[in-house]
Amino acid sequence: MLEIEGLRATVSDKEILKGITLTVKPGEIHAVMGPNGSGKSTLAQVLAGHPAYTVTGGTATYDGQDLLAMDAEVRAQAGVFLAFQYPVEIPGVSNAYFLRAAYNEIRKARGEEEIDPMSFADLMDEKMKLVEMDGAMLTRSVNTGFSGGEKKRNEILQMAVLEPRLAILDETDSGLDIDALRIVANGVNSLKRANNATIVVTHYQRLLNYIVPDYVHVLANGRIVRSGGKELALELEAKGYDWLLEPALA
Amino acid sequence: MIDSYLRGFETFSRNGAASAPQWARSLRLSGITRFEQLGFPDKRNEDWHFTSVAPLAEREFLPLTTGATRVTAAQLSPFTFGATDWHTLVFVNGRFDAELSSTASLPDGVEVMSLARAYDEMPVLLEQHVGRIASIDAHSFTALNTAFINDGAVVHVRQDVEVARPIHLLFVSDAGAVDGVIQPRNLIVLDRFAKATVIESYVTVALGASAYFTNTVTEATVAEGATLTHLKLQRESAQAYHVGTLDVRQARDSHLVSFSFATGAILSRTNTYTELRGEGCGATLNGLYLGDDEQTIDHQTRIEHVEPNCYSRELYKGILDGASHGVFNGKVYVHPEAQKTDGKQTNNTLLLSERAKIDTKPQLEIFADDVKCTHGATVGRLDETSLFYMKSRGINARTARELLTYAFAADVLETIELAEVREALEAATLRRYASV
Ligand SMILES: Nc1ncnc2c1ncn2[C@@H]1O[C@H](COP(=O)(O)OP(=O)(O)OP(=O)(O)O)[C@@H](O)[C@H]1O
Ligand SMILES: [Mg+2]
Repeated sequence: MLEIEGLRATVSDKEILKGITLTVKPGEIHAVMGPNGSGKSTLAQVLAGHPAYTVTGGTATYDGQDLLAMDAEVRAQAGVFLAFQYPVEIPGVSNAYFLRAAYNEIRKARGEEEIDPMSFADLMDEKMKLVEMDGAMLTRSVNTGFSGGEKKRNEILQMAVLEPRLAILDETDSGLDIDALRIVANGVNSLKRANNATIVVTHYQRLLNYIVPDYVHVLANGRIVRSGGKELALELEAKGYDWLLEPALA
Repeated sequence: MIDSYLRGFETFSRNGAASAPQWARSLRLSGITRFEQLGFPDKRNEDWHFTSVAPLAEREFLPLTTGATRVTAAQLSPFTFGATDWHTLVFVNGRFDAELSSTASLPDGVEVMSLARAYDEMPVLLEQHVGRIASIDAHSFTALNTAFINDGAVVHVRQDVEVARPIHLLFVSDAGAVDGVIQPRNLIVLDRFAKATVIESYVTVALGASAYFTNTVTEATVAEGATLTHLKLQRESAQAYHVGTLDVRQARDSHLVSFSFATGAILSRTNTYTELRGEGCGATLNGLYLGDDEQTIDHQTRIEHVEPNCYSRELYKGILDGASHGVFNGKVYVHPEAQKTDGKQTNNTLLLSERAKIDTKPQLEIFADDVKCTHGATVGRLDETSLFYMKSRGINARTARELLTYAFAADVLETIELAEVREALEAATLRRYASV
């Protein structure tokens, strides 16, 4: 479903990704871990099509298509979703309006009819329950004045509504207390399908108790320095990253 | 070209002015005298540094002689917000129109009427306030307005009375206004603990491509503990000239919530002034200006913190397209006695075209030492991160731009409490910037 080959990217002329190779198949959950500043968010943003990053080498193929050649909105319409590490506040656009606009664009791209406001309200009711979110959040401006936890839940709500095929969650667990973490993880798990895949970027093993990965990758200094099964996350929890970093830097 | 106004004044003094009381006549005389001394301001005048009034000064606008009303209720419906239970005074080409107005359901303790009628019914109140709030000393346009005081609206809300529905002063111009000058003079008096919402609308119907000039002054006094919500909606035709001043005096524990929406006229200047003359006052001055083509939209605000423990909040936003020119000059004076003043001023402008420009000048003058005052101004284009966020949800680039443009404006429109006005302005702004 997603094949990344030797991906290199720069921001402000600084090379951040130095050759990433990663294959994600339908139904799989991949965890990406690594120290601060190692390039995890950069990888996520490059896959989502952020214009600030320049791809300088390598390829990324999504469902047989050249992902890197697609505009950000086309990627989203094709089923790629990024839950932002730092969700963006958009004062003046209500959450409900934003979600419906996004939902309809994605339906249009799939050749489906736009949804009427009534049916959309029903859909929202169902999805809000999933992330245990209060209805009042819908009338508020997107992420504006939301607490850290509310923002993260809002990302998962968007994911629940848009039903992506490839979801990339960038530190969705950071700053969440254990209850919120459980809610977010439940949301992600209940959206799991045999034909979709998830990349979970996280600092903490604890999220992986709830969202159990098939593969764990360690990103350090712009490269994947180690890949393994879910037990790798436990090892990282116990030993930290230093034992992997030394050889990577050498 | 002040001559035409001086000549107009002579004619005016001979005809229509006779019925006014003596104090009003001498006020007019001081107005024309001051206007003759001052003339129109030029760019050397610090208050007019960014806006040239030459296009207005060089034209000849004549005081209007009363013409027959051609405006119908149907023509006004786009400007009445679908409300049927508001208290509305309609002025056509500056003259009160009783037939189009509706004040039947006013509660006890509230008087809303034309200035001409108020001369008879509230002589003391008028003499006490008219010309005592808005200064003519350094303000040419206020002096000019004062010279021609003749019609306008008077609103008086008595102690403890809360007026539930808004009072709408609707100034409409039609073909009868061509080449004329319209000079409403309004007075709003809120007694202790009174509460009211007053809307001033300036609109044009069926005018065509001809110019006219609105020069309006509203004086307001808000007594102890009273709250005045004032909305000014300037939606005149694209050929109109508009200068408008709201000047407010606030007593202790009173509140002013002001909003200025300006989108019409080739050249407009809106002054919003208030003096916080007692402790515990609050003033919120917000505004939105939407410009295009060759429009100039100028706002000047002045907040005088005279006494301690007051706050002021100011948020003015603008969207400028075409070759339009915006000006924001926000003055905040904190007098030496006004300790614990809490002031915040923000002006954000979005430029949609290379040719559009904004001059923004916050002016904080603080003479007290224990205060918290901030100001900030931003000028820019749409935020790339927000655009990316929306695109990452599948929203196409054009829609994302449109929505963000709308959202920029909605952010300040949201502060309007009156639902009918907020929703109407939001809808109009959405239609203007978004094709969704
Ligand atoms: N817009 C930018 N301009 C300059 N440098 C940037 C920019 N974005 C990221 N970087 C740099 O790129 C490097 C990788 O950043 P990235 O955000 O991808 O790290 P990360 O692994 O997600 O870190 P964290 O765990 O803190 O989220 C860092 O050194 C960061 O400072
Ligand atoms: Mg990161």
